[in-house]
Amino acid sequence: MSQSAKLGAIIRPPPTRSGPLGWVRANLFGSWADALLTLLILWGLAELIPPLVRWALINATFTAADSRLCRLADGACWAFIHEKYRLILFGTYPYDQQWRPLLAVVIITVLFALSCNRRIWARWLIPLWLGGGLLVALLMWGGVFGLDYVENRLWGGLPLTLILAVTGLVVAFPAAVLLALGRRSELPVVRVLCAGYIELIRGVPLVSLLFMAAVMLPLALPSGMTIDKLLRAQIAFILFAAAYLAEVVRGGLQAIPKGQHEAADALGLTYWQKMGAVILPQALAVAIPPIVNTFIAFFKDTSLVIIIGLFDLLSTAKSAIADPAWHGFYRESYLFVAILYWAFCFFMSRYSQWLEQSLKRDHRN
Amino acid sequence: MAAAPANNNWLGDPKLRAIAWQALALVALGACAWFLVGTILENLAQRSVATGFGFLSRSASFAIGETVIPYSAADSYGKALLVGVLNTLKVTVIAITSATLLGILIGIARLSRNWLVAKLAAVYVESVRNVPLLLQLFLWYAMITESLPGPRQAFHPLPGVFLSNRGLMVPGLADHPVWLAVTAALILAIALGLWRGRRTAAILIPALPLGVWLGFGAPLAFSLPELQGFNFRGGITFSPELSSLLIGLAIYAASYIAEIVRGGILAVDRGQVEAGLSLGLSRSDVLRLIVLPQALRVIVPPLAGEYHKLTKNTSLAVAIGYPDVVSVLNTMVNQTGQAIEGMALIMMVFLAISTGISLFTNWYNRRVALVER
Repeated sequence: MSQSAKLGAIIRPPPTRSGPLGWVRANLFGSWADALLTLLILWGLAELIPPLVRWALINATFTAADSRLCRLADGACWAFIHEKYRLILFGTYPYDQQWRPLLAVVIITVLFALSCNRRIWARWLIPLWLGGGLLVALLMWGGVFGLDYVENRLWGGLPLTLILAVTGLVVAFPAAVLLALGRRSELPVVRVLCAGYIELIRGVPLVSLLFMAAVMLPLALPSGMTIDKLLRAQIAFILFAAAYLAEVVRGGLQAIPKGQHEAADALGLTYWQKMGAVILPQALAVAIPPIVNTFIAFFKDTSLVIIIGLFDLLSTAKSAIADPAWHGFYRESYLFVAILYWAFCFFMSRYSQWLEQSLKRDHRN
Repeated sequence: MAAAPANNNWLGDPKLRAIAWQALALVALGACAWFLVGTILENLAQRSVATGFGFLSRSASFAIGETVIPYSAADSYGKALLVGVLNTLKVTVIAITSATLLGILIGIARLSRNWLVAKLAAVYVESVRNVPLLLQLFLWYAMITESLPGPRQAFHPLPGVFLSNRGLMVPGLADHPVWLAVTAALILAIALGLWRGRRTAAILIPALPLGVWLGFGAPLAFSLPELQGFNFRGGITFSPELSSLLIGLAIYAASYIAEIVRGGILAVDRGQVEAGLSLGLSRSDVLRLIVLPQALRVIVPPLAGEYHKLTKNTSLAVAIGYPDVVSVLNTMVNQTGQAIEGMALIMMVFLAISTGISLFTNWYNRRVALVER
């Protein structure tokens, strides 16, 4: 006993192999090439980071009444963001009413946060989002309870981006499930129609779908009826999302072993009973992480509505720098919205990874 | 359909029921389509818009900023469309090539044993993937047009290379017969290589064109960009629109490709690496000879998907004013009002490009796929 304790006290790994020094040796200077690379990168970072810090913090202008002060300093002009953040976040929504879109954004964010909790999925998810959606619509449009009516031509910024993405996903999802089922149907006509739709939409860029929605949807209506720009974009997004989500759901359907189908058939369930009670609950559970990933891509794609002239988050950032008084501060403006997009997408992708792991764990038990 | 509800036998027969459902689906779809097409045609007639592809031979009367082949506003819509298609193809080919190279590099770097390299690659991937491509394109475009110096103060990092707010200028090939001969030699070498196998190709593809060039007396028939007045002449110009589109697309797609490459390498069994190392191969040899060939099998199918995505993303060109095929067709639709034909043409163009990519990736996939003996 005493001898082994003594040995343990005496024999320690050499300091160059363990501890911080050992870590540096193993991870940064493992070989000559590694050491060279590390030094090169350190040099690059030393060249890059101090000017960046100087630009973003030390030489930056944080408050200024107009852009002259900013133009004198050679750092970032955060005063520009201070001046324009209401325009970037809420677009042309009436200025004194902007607490309404702010509240709408808060509601949607809270709903997202709540939805991350798997325990509420079974019973509360749908009523929660329906109620939240109603509340958001009420806040944005107004016209009741003493709120002024605000037409959706004036909507813009972050709430528009969130509404486009969430509405698109929610409406497209049931359609996507039907399309996926149709694509795996035993009825050849249904199968061909669904596959044709999915491949047609997935074959063309979203930009062209948006253009066509902007040009063709008004043509497809009987004369006298009109359809506003936001709704056109929303329809294009729904058509687009349905095709992509359908492929994700199909992936989930394919992951369900044949025995499940056979067992349901043997029980004498009809097609819809079989799908609703046996196949879809399992398939959708498998498909949740890729659905979240599709939603992230979809959220980023809402930025394309700038092309048909809607004021989403990217579009308002672009119009903020178009102001001649503040011309040229594109870095600050784009960086600001990039951080918003990034935070949202990064959080979602981390959540999707975590979900994938935890669903996998559940399956094993 | 006549005797439907009363006859239980008829309803009970799954085959007949299936046919009935499908007929119903077709009728419903047909009715929708008939109604939509009817309204559209009526509306088009009201606005006196012609139908059919006849407009393709009419004069386009709009200019295109950047063209691969000579084009003027007096040319036909058909030619304008061709110019757009060629512009899209140019962007697609260059962006796919550079995104693949960068993506492989970043993907391998993310697995590096060097902590700093791996972390930098991770930061790259996470920051690029989570920001919309369009935002990145706007940022690159603004950087080039607003923050780079004018042509007179252009950055001049290498002889013949200029970087200014007019874009990137690099040396090009001058109009000289030697290049025609070199191209012919290259095609011949590739054909011979395909016929005789990889080893012949490795020798012939560099040697034959070089030989021809030397045979012509090694003429230095290059065209260098030169400052004349307020802009550059000669050489190859990558306009600010094209440069920002290429940079943005390549960087964005590379972040996805890097993840595919990383996943593919991780999918190779660790034992393979250990076996290679115990054979005495160096780490780079293990990567090149053992890991990559096996990883390619996992990598190629999702990589093909990424190429399709990149191809469709080239259409974002319209937002920064590069005349790709979607942008050209959009102008056409705005001028002629023939939206249906425009959509059909977009579909055909992208279908054709996608088919091309699929043919190439499928061929490559067959080459790298596991050959079981």
